[in-house]
Amino acid sequence: MDIHEYQAKELLSKFGVGIPTGALAYSPEQAAYRAREMGGDRWVVKAQVHAGGRGKAGGVKVCSSDTEIQDVTENMFGQKLVTHQTGPEGKGIYRVYVEAAVPILREIYLGFVLDRASQRVMIVASGEGGMEIEEISAEKPDSIVRAAIEPAVGLREFQAREIAFALGIKPGLVQQMVRTLMGCYRAFRDLDATMVEINPLVVTSDDRILALDAKMTFDNNALFRHPQISELRDKSQEDPRESRAADRGLSYVGLEGNIGCIVNGAGLAMATMDTIKLAGGEPANFLDIGGGATPERVAKAFRLVMSDKNVQAILVNIFAGINRCDWVAEGVVKALRDEPVDVPVVVRLAGTNVEEGQKILAQSGLPLIRATTLMEAAERAVAAWRADTKQNPNLRAV
Amino acid sequence: MSIFLDRETRVIVQGITGKMARFHTREMIDYGTNVVGGVVPGKGGETCEGVPVFNTVKEAVEATGAQASLVFVPPPAAADSIMEAADAGIQYCVCITDGIPAQDMIRVKRYMYRYPKERRMILTGPNCAGTISPGKAMLGIMPGHIYMQGHVGIIGRSGTLGYEAAAQLKELGLGVSTSVGIGGDPINGSSFRDVLEHFQNDDDTHAICLIGEIGGPQEAEAADYIREHVTKPVVAYIAGLTAPKGRTMGHAGAIISAFGESASEKVEILSAAGITMAENPAVIGQTIARVLQ
Repeated sequence: MDIHEYQAKELLSKFGVGIPTGALAYSPEQAAYRAREMGGDRWVVKAQVHAGGRGKAGGVKVCSSDTEIQDVTENMFGQKLVTHQTGPEGKGIYRVYVEAAVPILREIYLGFVLDRASQRVMIVASGEGGMEIEEISAEKPDSIVRAAIEPAVGLREFQAREIAFALGIKPGLVQQMVRTLMGCYRAFRDLDATMVEINPLVVTSDDRILALDAKMTFDNNALFRHPQISELRDKSQEDPRESRAADRGLSYVGLEGNIGCIVNGAGLAMATMDTIKLAGGEPANFLDIGGGATPERVAKAFRLVMSDKNVQAILVNIFAGINRCDWVAEGVVKALRDEPVDVPVVVRLAGTNVEEGQKILAQSGLPLIRATTLMEAAERAVAAWRADTKQNPNLRAV
Repeated sequence: MSIFLDRETRVIVQGITGKMARFHTREMIDYGTNVVGGVVPGKGGETCEGVPVFNTVKEAVEATGAQASLVFVPPPAAADSIMEAADAGIQYCVCITDGIPAQDMIRVKRYMYRYPKERRMILTGPNCAGTISPGKAMLGIMPGHIYMQGHVGIIGRSGTLGYEAAAQLKELGLGVSTSVGIGGDPINGSSFRDVLEHFQNDDDTHAICLIGEIGGPQEAEAADYIREHVTKPVVAYIAGLTAPKGRTMGHAGAIISAFGESASEKVEILSAAGITMAENPAVIGQTIARVLQ
């Protein structure tokens, strides 16, 4: 789960990480008022969206009066910010963070990640802040300092000092840097984060070390023990279809194509998408309905997939193991009888009792297209989609 | 021979009295697995599916000589249950649970390393379908009847894709020595590399099928290991060619977040190591048949 910059800063500051003075606003008037309240003569106004690359996209502006803040934020609120991370549809701006500008001496990159190779939390830092880590690793790989954290004892101060010295922090500020690193680590550990990224972490000309930007991502599997983190979820930043799916216990990712997929198992769902592509089509979504594949879940899945107006054909691919094919077939038939869909549906069942399953589908009287192998299913779905768009060019056109 | 599990392996089920656990315990017993007990704190002395229930794994091991355990415990307590098994002297543990926090798994792995190698438990999973040595025993939630006994070793992150491979093999008259699910989580008990080593040393396994997907470094590690140490033919399939970057595709670990983690990069890395790739999931079986000829 992602949170906003201002939320990450509030959390990190509780763990001893320095942040500039700032205030949140929900309207241009509020933004201007909060800047006056804060005082000073230069502020940075930042659109709060769940994506990086805001600066280049026009989501971060430096202002030197409250009227300027009002003008700038009037052009932000309610708009969609399109960055290289948001996709072409962008993310809505409904909150703006106003921060007192600080005198920057140098910029540092600081990241804490879950390193899957070492199976440890890993610190990644570089004196070349302000650039994205991908750019740093491509252009200045030698500037990167890494340290793996031993889970039994956590981050040790000596490791934090080593990083501070390696980054060339001047001796008088090393203790402040150690406090920053320890704070980030404790936040990462105690709140079950999967990523903490401060880019840039700045050293100011008045000898402060401050997080100028902050990004935190949390482990969805650990949210059960962090209700205070769940509260920070902002549905306005999520794809509404994905939010709906998540709330119903389904794993869904919306894509650009027109062949909707309903599959059990994450690996098989990805493989189904790949096979559609191989057959000349484009998948509209990833959807794993889970091992159960109960009639209720199948019905929910149809509703979810059909809520994507780009969908022009559906491929159902179920490998029935413990749940028999006849039972899954009954679920498909019931779902389509209760709520018929206006696009061709291809069903491929495999596994236990596959013959009985096929018989139920055949005798249902529904215009289902059946397939035996995954390749055949994908080819038939693509063919059905092509035929369908040819006959009815306006059908479900966007 | 087979790896991890055979007809004699004495098995306990942690969390045996849960609805799903009960159902799958019955399936395992019917398949011929030597299930000798279960563990549920506070339910010691009861009987479930015809086997005795114990309060702790230690008691179960003492009373039954259990060697392997299947963990069917909900996510908040699953990591603790795996550590309990490791401490009680269980040699092989499969964890089915989906949804264990990643940092809990980091602690589990650190904890397992407290024990010297000869006493260290092998863990596969979590978030997997389990392990089956067809015709002998199964420790998991897979449909046993789709597997035929034979000489292909299967290692996969995805449960249903593993079924798909086994079913295709059976269709071609080919069987499986052991099929091991290593699970879809970012931090898992055993990697492809760990399981490959066991298959390489197993005389009964003549070819190995590796089913990977996007995310993480374990397929690339496997490629290195195969190039250096595996003499048996290996066929691999990688799911997720159409998966977008930075999105979690169902499995917590199926996310492209770094260089080398996309399906096309993994296919390239594995091919470069001389591994035969199945180009799509429908041809996994026939590709294995081809390398076995």
